[in-house]
Amino acid sequence: MLFWQVIKVAWRGILANKLRTSLTMLGIIIGVAAIIAMLSLGEGAKKQVMESISRFGTNQLKVRPGAARLGHVRTGSVENLTMDDAEAIEKEVPGIRSISPSAGSMGQVKYANRNATSLITGTTPLFMEINNFPVAEGRFFDETDIKLMKRVAAIGTTVKKDLFEDGPAIGEEIKIEGQTFTVIGIMSTKGQTSWFDPDDQVFIPVSTYMRRLYNQDFLNDINIQVENYEDIPDVKKGIERVLRARHRIPEGVESDFSIRDFSEMIATMQKTSQTFSILLSGIAAVSLLVGGIGVMNIMLVSVTERTREIGIRMAVGARRRDILRQFLIEALVITVSGGLIGIALGVGLGASISFFGDWETVITPSSIALGFFFSVLIGLIFGIYPARKASLLDPIEALRYE
Amino acid sequence: MGATEVDVLKGVDLKIESGEFVSIMGPSGSGKSTLMNLIGCLDRPTGGSYVLSGTRVDEMDEEALAKVRNRNIGFVFQTFNLLPRESATENVELPLLYSGVREPRALAVEALKEVGLGHRLDHRPNELSGGERQRVAIARAIVLRPPIILGDEPTGNLDSRTGAEIMAILKDLNAKGTTLVIVTHDQAIAAHSERVITIKDGVITSRVD
Ligand SMILES: Nc1ncnc2c1ncn2[C@@H]1O[C@H](COP(=O)(O)OP(=O)(O)OP(=O)(O)O)[C@@H](O)[C@H]1O
Ligand SMILES: [Mg+2]
Repeated sequence: MLFWQVIKVAWRGILANKLRTSLTMLGIIIGVAAIIAMLSLGEGAKKQVMESISRFGTNQLKVRPGAARLGHVRTGSVENLTMDDAEAIEKEVPGIRSISPSAGSMGQVKYANRNATSLITGTTPLFMEINNFPVAEGRFFDETDIKLMKRVAAIGTTVKKDLFEDGPAIGEEIKIEGQTFTVIGIMSTKGQTSWFDPDDQVFIPVSTYMRRLYNQDFLNDINIQVENYEDIPDVKKGIERVLRARHRIPEGVESDFSIRDFSEMIATMQKTSQTFSILLSGIAAVSLLVGGIGVMNIMLVSVTERTREIGIRMAVGARRRDILRQFLIEALVITVSGGLIGIALGVGLGASISFFGDWETVITPSSIALGFFFSVLIGLIFGIYPARKASLLDPIEALRYE
Repeated sequence: MGATEVDVLKGVDLKIESGEFVSIMGPSGSGKSTLMNLIGCLDRPTGGSYVLSGTRVDEMDEEALAKVRNRNIGFVFQTFNLLPRESATENVELPLLYSGVREPRALAVEALKEVGLGHRLDHRPNELSGGERQRVAIARAIVLRPPIILGDEPTGNLDSRTGAEIMAILKDLNAKGTTLVIVTHDQAIAAHSERVITIKDGVITSRVD
């Protein structure tokens, strides 16, 4: 029997029981959709990491107070990183191109009767270069502003919109935590990442932040750009040596600061997307199993219902393998149709996750291929037993079946 | 499969020549259908031997038996045994599909025309009369031009006039050289044949040559 003829026969068998077959497909549809959504999340996370790398540059390091703990939320309560530490690093560690200490906390920003709560970041002019985050309009503060502890601010585009809408901002006076600042610049738009909006930030000179606004000595982080990507391990070691000596940390005791580079950021990001992936692969596995059992069940029913048909086919010359092939392909047509619907659903699911859930998702041809592969596999695994049962029927018994 | 074993046929010794027209008669339950199923390679004998055109059928494997059923024998059943969801043409195409014919439709249509059903090609079995259904079954039996046609009460479910029409088609096939073996309860039909075999309780009791 030719292949297209087998498909035609199988298709007809399926059309004869549309509702029953669609219900059977449901498990496969959900399972395959979960596979596609899961992979699109994983790919999305990967893409996001790559984008962050290209946005911030790979030769960036961040020194933060408190011991390193992967994936933990830092409370910011550790107060042991100072401006002197930053200066010491700059002086004593070779291979550093630029360094920019910064401190930050959430604060009230007011303009006229408008109000916003944004991240107030005290930093130095090099911050722009290290983070690839330039000012778009007006200017950023300079060394003189820092020396004189001027009350000047460069605001992010989200803050600009919240406070000024479309009106002019440069030269206007705003109140940060009750103190009057002059807006001197508007930053370019950086774009929201999944956990943080860098445009919802107000930048002021680090000296103003520490002496005038919050009266604090400690920093939240020190951003460092190294000369060469390859030097990152050496620079990290250098920073470690300098800071451990300054903080008087004895040999064998854990550092009271952490140095993060992109490999760690990537690990954090992947851990988050992994949680989702595990959840989705659980759903996928369960629904594929349940769907597969459903297919087997429906095929067994179909074989019983069509015993007489099998007898007729055998009487006119169908061999055992013709019958086996017919029922196996019928199971495959069910699972593959379910799989194709599942792929479409999964693509839609991925799109809505990134639309509603702030998670980037990417559909790759390989994830579609995998979804397809699974629907074929389930069809084979769960279709073989009913098909074999059909093929082993005795022609004369089958013909006599009422 | 059955829970009890029943010896239906006992010591059957029968020889049918190529091109013959043989009728088998006998009371209900005497083993006529069982004998026909053995001849048609649908069933296997528990003992003894069956030689078809010089080959021991009882020693064949399943694959070879399927091929014999496909190529050498056309079976016509009392209950027609058509696939209900398929059209007349598709039912007749069935043996062609299993013998790997690439364009089965033309041959199927030709066979249907031969039995006078050229105007009912796309009807399904439930849209056909009993006589028309049996014609479809005959078309299916002859479509691959097998040397042997077997009929287990082919007119049993038909009125006598339709039965006579079906017999005319079968006799015509026999006249063209096909070996024809039919089971019947009807003396008038048996009268068409060259030879009548009577079977009772699984034993051949008489031959009329
Ligand atoms: N699968 C089976 N299991 C047990 N006994 C069977 C089976 N098939 C047939 N028989 C028995 O074998 C005997 C012969 O059956 P068969 O169908 O050959 O009779 P028949 O001569 O064709 O009768 P009829 O004229 O009514 O069609 C019967 O007694 C029947 O009960
Ligand atoms: Mg009978």
